[in-house]
Amino acid sequence: MNNTNAIKRSLKKRHLKERIFKSTGFFSIAVAILFLAVLLTDIVNKAWPAFWQTKIELTVQLDAEKLDLDAYSSKPAIMAADFRWVIREALMNRFPDVKSRQDKRTLYALTSMGAEFQLRDMVIDNPNLIGQTIKVQFMADDDVDAIVKGSIDRTLPESDRRVKNKKLAWIESLESNGQITTGFNGSFFASGDSREPEMAGIKGAIIGSLYTLLVTLSLSFPVAVAAAIYLEEFAPKNKLIDFIEININNLAAVPSIVFGLLGLAVFINFFNLPRSAPVVGGIVLSLMTLPTIIIASRSAIKAVPPSLREAALGLGASKMQSVFHHVLPAALPGILTGTIIGMAQALGETAPLLMIGMVAFIADIPQSVVDPSTVLPIQVFLWADSPERGFLEKTSAAIMVLLCFLIAMNAIAIYLRKKFEKKW
Amino acid sequence: MKALKKISLLASLLTVTQIQAAGRDYISVVGSSTVYPFSTVVAERFGKSTSFKTPKIESTGTGGGMKLFCKGTGIDTPDISNASRRIKASELTMCHQNGVNHVVEVLIGYDGIVVANDIHAKTFNLTRKDLFLALAKEVPTSNEGELVANPYTLWSQVNAQLPAVKIEVLGPPPTSGTRDAFVELAMEAGCKNFPWIKATKSSDKAQYKSICHTIREDGAYIEAGENDNLIIQKLQKNPDALGIFGFSFLDQNADLVKGALIDGAAPEFATIASGEYPVSRPLYFYVKKAHVAEIPGMQEFLNEFISEKAMGETGYLTDKGLIPLDVDKFNEVKTDTMQMNNLAL
Repeated sequence: MNNTNAIKRSLKKRHLKERIFKSTGFFSIAVAILFLAVLLTDIVNKAWPAFWQTKIELTVQLDAEKLDLDAYSSKPAIMAADFRWVIREALMNRFPDVKSRQDKRTLYALTSMGAEFQLRDMVIDNPNLIGQTIKVQFMADDDVDAIVKGSIDRTLPESDRRVKNKKLAWIESLESNGQITTGFNGSFFASGDSREPEMAGIKGAIIGSLYTLLVTLSLSFPVAVAAAIYLEEFAPKNKLIDFIEININNLAAVPSIVFGLLGLAVFINFFNLPRSAPVVGGIVLSLMTLPTIIIASRSAIKAVPPSLREAALGLGASKMQSVFHHVLPAALPGILTGTIIGMAQALGETAPLLMIGMVAFIADIPQSVVDPSTVLPIQVFLWADSPERGFLEKTSAAIMVLLCFLIAMNAIAIYLRKKFEKKW
Repeated sequence: MKALKKISLLASLLTVTQIQAAGRDYISVVGSSTVYPFSTVVAERFGKSTSFKTPKIESTGTGGGMKLFCKGTGIDTPDISNASRRIKASELTMCHQNGVNHVVEVLIGYDGIVVANDIHAKTFNLTRKDLFLALAKEVPTSNEGELVANPYTLWSQVNAQLPAVKIEVLGPPPTSGTRDAFVELAMEAGCKNFPWIKATKSSDKAQYKSICHTIREDGAYIEAGENDNLIIQKLQKNPDALGIFGFSFLDQNADLVKGALIDGAAPEFATIASGEYPVSRPLYFYVKKAHVAEIPGMQEFLNEFISEKAMGETGYLTDKGLIPLDVDKFNEVKTDTMQMNNLAL
């Protein structure tokens, strides 16, 4: 009887403990989700305007004489022509009562600095436009963009508002005339970096990241898998191998900036590889991802049951045949998962790339792995540091793009694992 | 597996051939993060309006840029180095030793460092001595040669004319070039007001530097990180605080913050350009003459940079906050650059 009572009492206690443990666990997960939700809402909220671009519709006269061009003009001739005044003239025609020099400067700043190049490119694509009067949707300046999107509050008193009454009146006049439209900001995904927020795009950084990852993958994957196979299947058990194993594990814990310093000293200063290039970035990042992939691959290979190997050997296969025909295919899903996770890590890495000159203004889209380029996280870093306020939304938008890539890569890793996972 | 092997083999092959084929058809610029915003604007316009590639601008800091620049000539070294101070004699010697014999100096304009507060707060009228006394780690007492840990907590204690507001200054960390310039141009200048400290400059330079260059660490000076946008946000939330940053940020945020008068001069275009506003520094870039013929577009890029529409009084660089040179100086710089005059210190 005594015993039963004691057990009953302790049972109550144990159940209570279990309930407390469960609720603590639940609470931790809830907190984690809450933080994630706050972070994501904040970023998405700030980033949302960046995906929309304000445009101003103007009627421009492409006067053949003034431009000194005709429908047969060559591309260099069109490149050299001055399209700036065409847009200025269009703005002056729209607001004829602007007279003073200062006001004119403000008026000309309604359209983006890129407007003249936009017009020029249109003419290059279709020289027949010369001599015509056409309506063009010009990219608006970031101040106009901010007013239209409501990032600058119009109701503030003039002294507290960055856009003064005069300019605001022009914008409102354009708006009431239907000359201001807002559309999807395709150029954000189609152009490189710029110092004007309205023209800045993420494509250069995306391509740069892809090139960097390509180099990382092509270097680290074969080396890491070979190392893992050797260590698991062929290496003798001795002190040297133990030492190597410990070092691989240590390497996985080395702060990434150290790899950047190594890259600077070895690849740039000694081998004279170009600075700011994806090839160096890729090599540095592959040093960083190597241990991750080796460790993942080893555990995947280890998980393949020995019976498979023994059966292969028993049927007369050589050691190498048993590894490459049976063990490796069976371990591949695990290896690929590890690789993708390593790649995702490399994609989000900033610190080592700071050391090798990837913190740079690069407006052109990189064409190869030796072209100067930047990567997504560094683009975020550069935009966050810019004085122009329009870069605030661009920064968040770039973070969103980066997160999307990371989520996609992790999703692929999970999918591969689920699809090819085998229970032995 | 086979496909994978092929892909990776192909990729590595591709990499190798590309490296071998690499010449350089773009201009490479390194150097100061203060000149970066101006350099990039010119580079972008240059890239868009010509058929040349857009120059690559790296933000490495002035000193780091000079090291790279002076490493030698050849396509693996930069063509241009930006600097927020003049090149040092030691750096030029290093350049010469490494075969960079012909360096052309281009002064592009000035940058002011402002001490600003919220637009609705009272405008401060400071002297550099006030700044030194308010921000130094140790300040001199009335006894000559004696230093005490900075006792001031209110601006009115530093100078009776200033408001009785708590000393709270947000500024850049020691790694920043803005901080170096502020310490040198404002703090040190204020420090020199004390004759006995000034005298230590010749007798004990280390001691002099440590008195004049050390900023207090008791919380009155708050290191706000390298991000000047952050300082401006914090100033709006705290009208009592002052912030230290570059003029271009004041220019962009003139509706949120206003600059304090220093030695009676307000931080404005005209006063910085004339030198009346004391906390300003010249901005330069340096060109390797040997590369002008080597790298396509170098001459054109220089022409764009020193053109009236970029560097001139109403040029587009002034829209980004650069303080332009006066007309005479501008013409002088233009001639020197066109003639590729070698720099001698």
